[in-house]
This record gives sequence, structure tokens and C-alpha cells, in this order.
Amino acid sequence: MPGAQERVLRRRIASVQNTKKITRAMELIAATRVVKAQVRANEARPYSERITEVIQDLAAAGADADHPLLRPIEKVQKVGVLVLSGDRGLAGAYNTNVIRAAEQEIQDARSKGLDYSLVTVGRKAEGYFRFRNFDIDASFSGFTDRPTYEEAVAIAARVTDMFVNGGCDRIDLAYTRFITLGTQEVVVRRFLPLESEATIASAGDAGATAGFEFEPSANAVLESLLPRYIESRIYAALLDAAASELANRQRAMKSATDNAQELIIKYTRKMNQVRQEAITTEIMEIISGAEALADDKSGPEDLLLDHLSADPFPNVLDRRTQHSHHETPRT
Amino acid sequence: MPLLVELVSPERVAYTGEAKMVICRTTTGDIAFLPGHVPFIGVLATHPVRVLLEDGGEQIIAVHQGFVEVSPPEDGTTRVTILSDVCELSETIEVARAQQAKSAAESALASDSEDVEAAAALRRANVRLSVANA
Repeated sequence: MPGAQERVLRRRIASVQNTKKITRAMELIAATRVVKAQVRANEARPYSERITEVIQDLAAAGADADHPLLRPIEKVQKVGVLVLSGDRGLAGAYNTNVIRAAEQEIQDARSKGLDYSLVTVGRKAEGYFRFRNFDIDASFSGFTDRPTYEEAVAIAARVTDMFVNGGCDRIDLAYTRFITLGTQEVVVRRFLPLESEATIASAGDAGATAGFEFEPSANAVLESLLPRYIESRIYAALLDAAASELANRQRAMKSATDNAQELIIKYTRKMNQVRQEAITTEIMEIISGAEALADDKSGPEDLLLDHLSADPFPNVLDRRTQHSHHETPRT
Repeated sequence: MPLLVELVSPERVAYTGEAKMVICRTTTGDIAFLPGHVPFIGVLATHPVRVLLEDGGEQIIAVHQGFVEVSPPEDGTTRVTILSDVCELSETIEVARAQQAKSAAESALASDSEDVEAAAALRRANVRLSVANA
């Protein structure tokens, strides 16, 4: 019967074994989904590229850049922060990192005496900021590992409204950029107003010579195009964040699985050692028990040294001489 | 030299192909593009876009607002890009669903003729049905 300690260890190994199975499954699921998320991000790229091209063409053709979404920042009094986190945990430091970055951004604004408004995406960010009594202007959740364009549209509408009517002079976006499977990076970048000098002016004069025709007019096109552009940028950020979340989860679950394996090895060794010790103790007990019994039967003189050290092989020499006798006659 | 037609939705490139002519409706009226058209950017209305293919066939696409851009010709090829939030090829439209949406929108309009969303939904349903039946 195994000892108490051994039984405890055996149970613990079984439970770690089960946990390992779960983390392993989660790792595999995240691995397949991160590939899909990457594919989706790649599929979405042409749209945002084309829409950027069109905006550049428009700018080159001299569309009026005096759109509210393009107005330059004069004096910032209120900063909007849009943070993209995940809905679920078990993704390593993914949520913590992006939430930290956003909180930092808000603290910066506060220390400069600015007002802030906050829009969260994902349950984790919402929970974090709500718990700490931040004012949350809007929160979206339930889709972070598989965002659709409709959600991007809803977020874009809210954020644009905050910028145009809500008194925010600048909107920052905090999310996790997906670089490769192994590297993701938290970035905080200005989201609104659109960086007109970057998108519009950089178009250069290449398009200007092309002589575009516009219907109804360049400004009308720009006006209906900019909201789409914002949507597509949010959508791209959502997809990037989703891929990052899954990559982080895959990594976290991989190390959890590895750790579980290590624990199992450690506990198994400990268990074997404990068992061995128990067996050794048992043998010792049996031997000493048997000896104690033997002691009772025969007197203590049996164990005296002169009994034991008496010549153990008294006949060896005689036997050898006998052998040589037998063999000599044959030759 | 044919036209290179690309239909790009936010989620993916929905269609690419070569064509003889593209006919679509902007907010100011119908316009057709032939190879060598001048560079053009227009805002599309909710209306089917007709793509006349090289082999004489026709691909009809339901486009619910969006943009059309004709890029300056490169290597003699004129590229027509249609950017749209919602665009459906005629093969992928579910007629029953569109029919249902149409009757729902109609009954909403009957009770409140000012309902802008219902009017838009009715327009979309009509475009879908006309594309699917074409």
C-alpha cells in the first residue's frame, strides 16, 4: 500500500496531466486560428491600400483638405483613447501590455491637465478600467478574436462622433501590432485627425498629372470616402490585434504545456524517491523484525564474532588435492 | 486591350477579371467604362454594376454604395477598381432572404413613410433581386 505522501503526489501528477491536456488543446486551437487570422488580415489589405490610393489621388487632384476629420490639431484639451484588448485571458501578457499602454496615455493626458475619454474594445480592457473607476465612454466586446467589418463600422462611428461632436481634439489608438508569429508589439498612435501631411501630401505630384475626373466632385468624393477610410483603418487594427491575441495565446499555452511537463517529471521523480524510501524503510523494518525474532529463539551467543569468523571453507584445500590425484593417471 | 476589373470589399478581394466594358451608376447618373477611359473617381449609388466579359458573358454585381476608380493606364491596361462595403456577386445572393427583406422593408415603410433605414433596406433588397434575376 502506497504511503500517504506518495498518494498525494500521484493525485497531483494526475491533475497536472489533465491541465496539460487542456493547455495543449488550447495551444493547438490558437495555432490554427492565428493562421486564419493572418489570412484575414492579408485579405483585408487590398481594400485599405486601394482606399489610401484613392485618397492620395484625390489630394493630388486638389481636393479641399479642409474636412473636419483632417483639421490639424491646434490646442488639445481633450484626448480620446481607443484601446483594443482581448475578450478572454490566458494569452500571456497580451491584455496587460496593451491596457498598460492605454493607461499610460490617459495618465499623461491627466498630468497635463487634459480631459480624456475612453473607448474600450474587448472585455479585458473594459473590466480593468471599470474596476479602477475610469470613465468609459463606450465599450465594445464579444468579437475580438474574430472581428467583422460591421464591428469596425460601429466603432468607427462612435470614435468619429467623439472627434467631431464630442470635443476630443485628438484620438489615440492603442493596439498590438502583429509583426510575425514570434513578435508583436504594442503601439500607441494618433488616429484622428487623419495625418493629412502623411496620407494626402505624400501623394506627391504623380497623380496630379493624371487628370482625374470626379463625379459628383472631388470634395464630395473625399467626404464620403474619409469615413470608409477610418473604418478600414479600424478594421485593419482589429484584425492585427486579433492575430496578436491568438499568437500570444498560442505562446502562453505552449509554455504552460512545457511547464506542466516539467512539473510532471519533477513530481514523478519525487514520487519514485518517496516510494523507494518507503520500500527501504519497510525492508529495514522486516529485517530488523526478523532479526529480533531470531534473537528470541537462539541465544545472543549466535551473533558472537568468533562463530562468524570461523573458517568458512574448511575443505577447500583437501578437495583440490583430490582432483589432481584423479587426473594424473590418464596422462 | 481589355479592362482589368477588381471588386474589393473590406474583407477580401471579391472578384477580379478582365472585361470589355463596365457599366455602373454613380450618384449623378450611369456611366460606362471602356479600355482607355480617362482616370475617374466616382461615388456609386445602390445599384447593380454590369461587367461585360471578354467572352460575351456578363457578370452582374450588387453594389450597395461605394466607389469606383479608373486608374491611369499602366502598360496599356486600364484598371477599374470598385470599392464597396457590401457587394455581392449574382451567384451568391439568396433570393428568399432578399425577398423577405423586401417585404419587411415595405411593411415598415407602409407604417412610417419617413423611415430612412427601411427605405435603404428596400433599395438594397430591390438591387439584390434585380441582380439575382438578371
